[in-house]
Amino acid sequence: MDFTTQLLIAAISAGTPLLLATLGGILTERAGIIQLGAEGLMLMGAVTTCIVYIRSGNLILALLAAVAITALLGMVHSFLTVTLRANQTMSGLAMTLFGSGLSAYLGKSISGIPLPGTSPKLDLGALKSVPVIGDIFGRMDYLTWFSLLLVLVLHLLIHHTSWGLHLRAVGDNPATADVMGIRVQLIRYSYVTAGAALIGLAGADMVLAYAPTWNEGLTAGRGWIAVGLVIFARWNPLRALFCAYFFGALDSLGFRIQLLGSVVPSYFLKMIPYVVTILVLMYLGYRNRNKPSGTPESLGTPYVREQRF
Amino acid sequence: MSPNTGSNAAVLEPSPGKSGKWYSLRLEYDSSRTRSPWWTPILSVILALLLCAVFIAANGMSPLVVYEKMFRGAFGTSYGFTETMVKAIPLLLCGLGIAVAYRISVWNIGAEGQLTVGAMAATAVTIYFPDLSSFWSITLMLVFGTAAGALWGLMTAVPRTHFGVNELITSLMLNYVALLALDYVVFGPWKDPKGFNFPGSPMFTAAQSLPVLGSTRLHIGLIFGLVAVLIYYLMIKFTRWGYELRLIGANPTAARYAGIHIKKHIIIVMLISGGLAGIAGMAEVSGVTHKLMQGISPGYGYTAIIVAWLAKLNPLGLIVTSILFGGLIVGGYSVQTIGLPSSISEMLQGAILFFLIAGDMIHRFRIRRSA
Repeated sequence: MDFTTQLLIAAISAGTPLLLATLGGILTERAGIIQLGAEGLMLMGAVTTCIVYIRSGNLILALLAAVAITALLGMVHSFLTVTLRANQTMSGLAMTLFGSGLSAYLGKSISGIPLPGTSPKLDLGALKSVPVIGDIFGRMDYLTWFSLLLVLVLHLLIHHTSWGLHLRAVGDNPATADVMGIRVQLIRYSYVTAGAALIGLAGADMVLAYAPTWNEGLTAGRGWIAVGLVIFARWNPLRALFCAYFFGALDSLGFRIQLLGSVVPSYFLKMIPYVVTILVLMYLGYRNRNKPSGTPESLGTPYVREQRF
Repeated sequence: MSPNTGSNAAVLEPSPGKSGKWYSLRLEYDSSRTRSPWWTPILSVILALLLCAVFIAANGMSPLVVYEKMFRGAFGTSYGFTETMVKAIPLLLCGLGIAVAYRISVWNIGAEGQLTVGAMAATAVTIYFPDLSSFWSITLMLVFGTAAGALWGLMTAVPRTHFGVNELITSLMLNYVALLALDYVVFGPWKDPKGFNFPGSPMFTAAQSLPVLGSTRLHIGLIFGLVAVLIYYLMIKFTRWGYELRLIGANPTAARYAGIHIKKHIIIVMLISGGLAGIAGMAEVSGVTHKLMQGISPGYGYTAIIVAWLAKLNPLGLIVTSILFGGLIVGGYSVQTIGLPSSISEMLQGAILFFLIAGDMIHRFRIRRSA
């Protein structure tokens, strides 16, 4: 395998959790609710997967548990932000702090224990022997395929169905949506919960495909990178795919440069994704300074019926 | 909508007409109730303790034993109490910085990174100017630490003001960059050659260390913190700058029409915010650890966010909450003796924040009987 193929494989493997978390963030924020709890949700998803998988040996059960727990946390976030209209930034921060604390606490007993297995790969049959394509696609597990399918589904859902129209209406102009008979609160609850569950699945993918055991703070800021990716992707699932794989590539590039015997200390290579996040956001901000950024117009403002007319 | 509903009140749920008959009682939201009662912080701490008790019990431990252990560890002995005060110093300095930025809704969550670069800059003084007198060495460390923290804050402020980048993401990314830079220097160029290959800078000399109180570890950084809080109080209360901050905080649109340069203020508050965290970092290396090493901060920068929020940006509140959270960190360490992870304290912090933001809003709702 040549360097490019290896990098692509690594980019997809490192990019899949980012993609899932970004898609979760897009769903949440399209409904008009800021999601800054991604880091905590990913950690909770990861630790739940590890605990249930190690204790029960059942992968499906572990994934379901991760989705259920993070969906529950998503409901807490919706309750605070939609029903109580609490500060969305602070609620997200609380989620991250609580999630990292609780995951470290719960994960203490299984820390360092290897998982019984990784995520199984889809059998491609004859396609596996095709040189480059077989190398790349033959290594993709079910979660990766699922994330690709999800990109397509979410793209169609958001831009080509009436459900998506309702979602966009709620994120852009909840007052008008309400007048049109759309259940603003119900939609916000549903998408925030679904988004949180996807972010939880991203955490599950981290441990299943990327890091083989649980360690405290295992996500190392990837939840926050996903928060940035939602902005790069301009709240669009198709763009999210490219952005996530680009960052997956950056993430693994540092590691690969190190393997090639680079003179640059590894610490600087590990800084690349964080520094690039800031630089790209600055570039986008500069380029789009007079253009709409794609931000859902009511992002961050709680909707209060009969107060916005 | 019933006639007794004021213009500021809105029906929440269930909306009349849509659901069944049980809506003779309903919740009403009154956005004019902006001041939350004084007891919400206390209640949120209690509820957070109860919630975490459930998790502790679920893990097969007695919550009472754990909490007793934490409290005794943090406040029960004079050693514990001075340790709590030692932890309260960086929380007070960082929390104050966050509070200043939050005054005008700038969400600095980068205190962790700003503290780290402050500690690194202070250590740089000891490495490149090893033979200064006590006065000059401490002064220079203080200046360098503050400047490094402020620079790190500036790197968050400029993307926000000139490129429209959310400061939450920038400040957080810079935390990771700062921690990696710390790893680089302690494993690389600044590693103590006599340190048995242990990652860390050489030990500071007595001239490079902050004076301590008697035989305790409580150092003069406490004075830095208290002085900073006093200055903050006086500045906010009595200066034109403080007035402008209050104005922006109350109504940014009105402030802009009044000719206040908001971008300039964002840069100023981030310089102050980062600078204070930088002082905290300097005080940590010079007053507590006496050398630069990994894990110089057990998440002070993040805890300080809750300290600032819990104190509701009030100077006296900042002092009280930083001591409380200092105690929470020390208490977290003391449960390690019974085999529990110190992350219990982080979990408690997150839970406190949850209940606090909920409590800030819940009192705005009242139950009304509809006509």
